[in-house]
Amino acid sequence: MDKVIVNCSTGETTIVPLTAEEIAQREAEIAQVQAERLAAEAEAATKAAARQALLDKLGITQEEAALLLS
Amino acid sequence: MPATYTFIASNTLSTSAASVTFSSIPSTYTDLVLRMSPRDTQGATDSQCFIKPNSNSGTVYTDTRMTGNGSTAISTRNASNANGNVVGFYSASSATANTFGSLEVYIPNYAEAAVKQIVTFGTAESNAAEVRLSVTGGLFNNTTAISSLLINAGNNFVAGSSFFLYGIKNT
Repeated sequence: MDKVIVNCSTGETTIVPLTAEEIAQREAEIAQVQAERLAAEAEAATKAAARQALLDKLGITQEEAALLLS
Repeated sequence: MPATYTFIASNTLSTSAASVTFSSIPSTYTDLVLRMSPRDTQGATDSQCFIKPNSNSGTVYTDTRMTGNGSTAISTRNASNANGNVVGFYSASSATANTFGSLEVYIPNYAEAAVKQIVTFGTAESNAAEVRLSVTGGLFNNTTAISSLLINAGNNFVAGSSFFLYGIKNT
């Protein structure tokens, strides 16, 4: 696993292998980001399901609900 | 409005890489613009990349993001995290072959001794599946002038991913 460094002063590009510490940090960050993304998507899905259940209970469509609130 | 828009540096990856860093960024501009066209090796339709000015690993990154995929809109906020400011979604290995994301990062007043805004927008690209897009308002809560930008891939940027850095002056 490599990192690319572009020096803006010289225009030189170097490719450097990540250190073990950098790899560990990246893996921790990736795991956290994935967990946050899954949590946000799950929350959105739960809200959407609850919204639809309420619309079904009221017997109206989403467009009709939006009209009521406009 | 900016009076100039000047190319500073670029790189198109010849091999996959976990990150790309622009170092020794001159302090002679007012704002920075980073434009990216990446793709990731992650086993998903899209991935997310993050940016760390000065490779700062402290809990100095806060962002608010709106994400949409055509059916669901999600608003999220991450406060005082150490992962970097989110740049956005871009195509990954399950997206249509040879498609790349399109992302832009705008950093005003990057050379000033003050906390910095980091504004991003971007989208993945895929002709066969849903496409996510996002807009982010971010804060880099550090007063050191920005002299380098580290862009971390969601997993690994593939060869052919490209990165272009521009400077803007207001006079």
